[in-house]
Amino acid sequence: MQGLRKRRRIQLVLLAAALLTVSVALIGYGFRDGIAYFRLPSDVIDDAPAPEEIFRLGGLVAVGSIRSTPEAIRFAVTDGDHSIEVIFKGILPDLFAEQQGVIANGSYNGVEFVAIEVLAKHDETYMPKEVADALKERGLFQPGGN
Amino acid sequence: MVTELGHFAAILAFLVALCQCVVPSVGYYFGWDRWMRFAMPASALQFALTLFAFLALCHAFINSDFSLSLVAGNSHSAKPLIYRVAGVWGNHEGSMLLWVLVLTLFGMFVACFGRPLPLRLKSLVLAVQSAISTAFFAFILLTSNPFNRLLPPPADGAGLEPLLQDPGLAVHPPLLYLGYVGLSVSFSFAVAALISGRADAAWARWVRPWTLTSWIFLTLGIAIGSWWAYYELGWGGWWFWDPVENASFMPWLLSTALLHSAMVAEKRECLKSWVILLAILAFSLSLSGTFLTRSGIITSVHSFASDPGRGLFILSILGLFSGGSLLLYGFRHSTLVPSGAFALVSRESALILNNILLIGAAFVVFLGTFWPLIAELLFQRIMSVGPQFFNSTFTPFMIGLVLVLPVGAVLPWKRASLSEGLRRMRMALVTAVIAGLAIYWLQPEAQFLAPIGLALAIWLVSGAFLDIWHRIRPRRVSIRAAFARLSGLPGADWGKALAHAGLGISIAGISAVTGWEIEDIRIARPGDSFQLGSYSVRFEQSFEREGPNYLALGAEFELTQGGKTLTTLLPERRHYPAAGRQTTEAAIDMGFWRDIYLVVGEIHPGGGYTVKSYIKPLANWIWLGALVMAAGGLISLSDRRLRIGAGRRARQSTPVRD
Repeated sequence: MQGLRKRRRIQLVLLAAALLTVSVALIGYGFRDGIAYFRLPSDVIDDAPAPEEIFRLGGLVAVGSIRSTPEAIRFAVTDGDHSIEVIFKGILPDLFAEQQGVIANGSYNGVEFVAIEVLAKHDETYMPKEVADALKERGLFQPGGN
Repeated sequence: MVTELGHFAAILAFLVALCQCVVPSVGYYFGWDRWMRFAMPASALQFALTLFAFLALCHAFINSDFSLSLVAGNSHSAKPLIYRVAGVWGNHEGSMLLWVLVLTLFGMFVACFGRPLPLRLKSLVLAVQSAISTAFFAFILLTSNPFNRLLPPPADGAGLEPLLQDPGLAVHPPLLYLGYVGLSVSFSFAVAALISGRADAAWARWVRPWTLTSWIFLTLGIAIGSWWAYYELGWGGWWFWDPVENASFMPWLLSTALLHSAMVAEKRECLKSWVILLAILAFSLSLSGTFLTRSGIITSVHSFASDPGRGLFILSILGLFSGGSLLLYGFRHSTLVPSGAFALVSRESALILNNILLIGAAFVVFLGTFWPLIAELLFQRIMSVGPQFFNSTFTPFMIGLVLVLPVGAVLPWKRASLSEGLRRMRMALVTAVIAGLAIYWLQPEAQFLAPIGLALAIWLVSGAFLDIWHRIRPRRVSIRAAFARLSGLPGADWGKALAHAGLGISIAGISAVTGWEIEDIRIARPGDSFQLGSYSVRFEQSFEREGPNYLALGAEFELTQGGKTLTTLLPERRHYPAAGRQTTEAAIDMGFWRDIYLVVGEIHPGGGYTVKSYIKPLANWIWLGALVMAAGGLISLSDRRLRIGAGRRARQSTPVRD
């Protein structure tokens, strides 16, 4: 009995170790294309990411920049210093508006940001956390005021 | 007046909870029966007071009492009655009151139905349960009091978030809370076992139905949440791997694991210390889910108005209960001596494998959910973890789980033969492989993963069928005799087979939608027609209409297939003046084999509208499978051997079969 229980325990530890190895390998693999960095327009202008990299562009929707063309919607995302033109073929989220915080998922081809997905929040008094933090650093956004 | 009484009742409930935590503990320590017995009436009183406070809040919402700042901020007099009621938990303060209401309800259930439990165990369980509710009452009264007044009261309220004005919302949070909070009972049992140093088969028999109950509610709550996101958000997705979704999914994974290992503890008296650890972890994940949701620390689609102070408070509750119980576990778990031994190939081993795979899955989800936080602290880089991460890390664990499931489910306890298990599942294996290959050749577009997913689903469903078949027809029994045995089959066997088949149905839906979805996005003008798969969609006209508290701009589409008109679809964009908000309402033609999903967006210059359309094959199977799983859980719960109170009888009679 005692010996058997000990053997089971060793087998269990081995199995758990194998599982841990597998999950670490999977996590490493998953991180290769599962992670999207957050960037402000100034970060993109300073150091443009590779055209195939999918990242998140965040900032405020620039005043007067929303235009819809016959085939897509264009708007500019700004952080106060720089702004980047975004092109999006899709349905904008319900909370999308001028001077609201926005996060766009997509890639930058050197000229404009091609968005796959545009996110805004459920709650109009709330700013995406990344955007709020980044803009606070630049003094563009005071918490409480909107 | 009613509101003041409600507020008063909440404060009293807090005090009762505090007493219920202290008095039975002191009684336990000194062995004073009367002090221990105090826990039973106290838990009933605690529930009654909380219920009163909750009803008082409902009263304020129904009568639109805008002198309550919560009502003014979240309700509107022009709102239909059902949404005024649902508005009670459509906000932070009200939902936390619902949370403690469920917590005290479960405490009362333990007190009422726990007559067969030994007094010492029961009073400890109730004391631990009450410690949790004390902490949450303090949280509510100190940081998020729903009874705060607003002076002077406004003429009308700000309205409930329009997205939340939906029947799905009316039931999603209560179900999820029943599940989350139900795990608190397993947690209290685990802590009580650690304190008393006793965890026998009777103890395990108690943990199992509670875990099963919360698992059923979690399954339904998650499924309804996903269903709601699918038809209400208009994004065309049903699962986003969003932090808040993960927060409910991780406790589900762990409670599934707990459910299976509690069986080993009950039937075979081993893995007890593992079951206790799992119960602690499952409830800790429920608490951290609450923390994630309420602190807004990770950007999520569910941005409830959040407040760092509240987050910190919940984090301390989490630290206290998880940290404290884990510490207790570290000191005490060695007092629980296992008694059963088993062979390498046995149902025990299969269930351990199930647990290991589920924990691995929960671990990668946990890491992906919290990685943005870890990375920001460690590397000062802001990032987000996308669905690709979860798809490539989570899926392998599920594939592994599904591969072993049907064979593991038919292995006998103690010692089994793998070849016998495989022989029983031979037909299921053959069916799954042939069907998978057939689907691969016949599928509309070359896809690799979808046929594999469907083959796995068939493997599960036919495996569940064979499981029942072998139960009723063990060897050379005639077909007639086999059917006669059908009605005698215990509920737990039916429940097991149904739940496993339900998982298969969900997997079929997920694989088909992921692999073969057809998506079309274009700008269309009234009068335009376009092709969507084998269907033809014609944009008839646009229209405007007025709802009870919104204005809608909609589009009318005619759906035809092979010249035959199927239906008219009316997607809308709604504008809610009271909230100054707009929502997208998808139009869905639901079918057993596919959903047609249409969304309409902005108007472009020249009168065109953005139109997004999808064909989603087997979409409804995702939620159908979850329903079947929950039904399986319910049937299993109704099994007399598992029923609460049956433990005493079973102990006197001969040991249960199986």
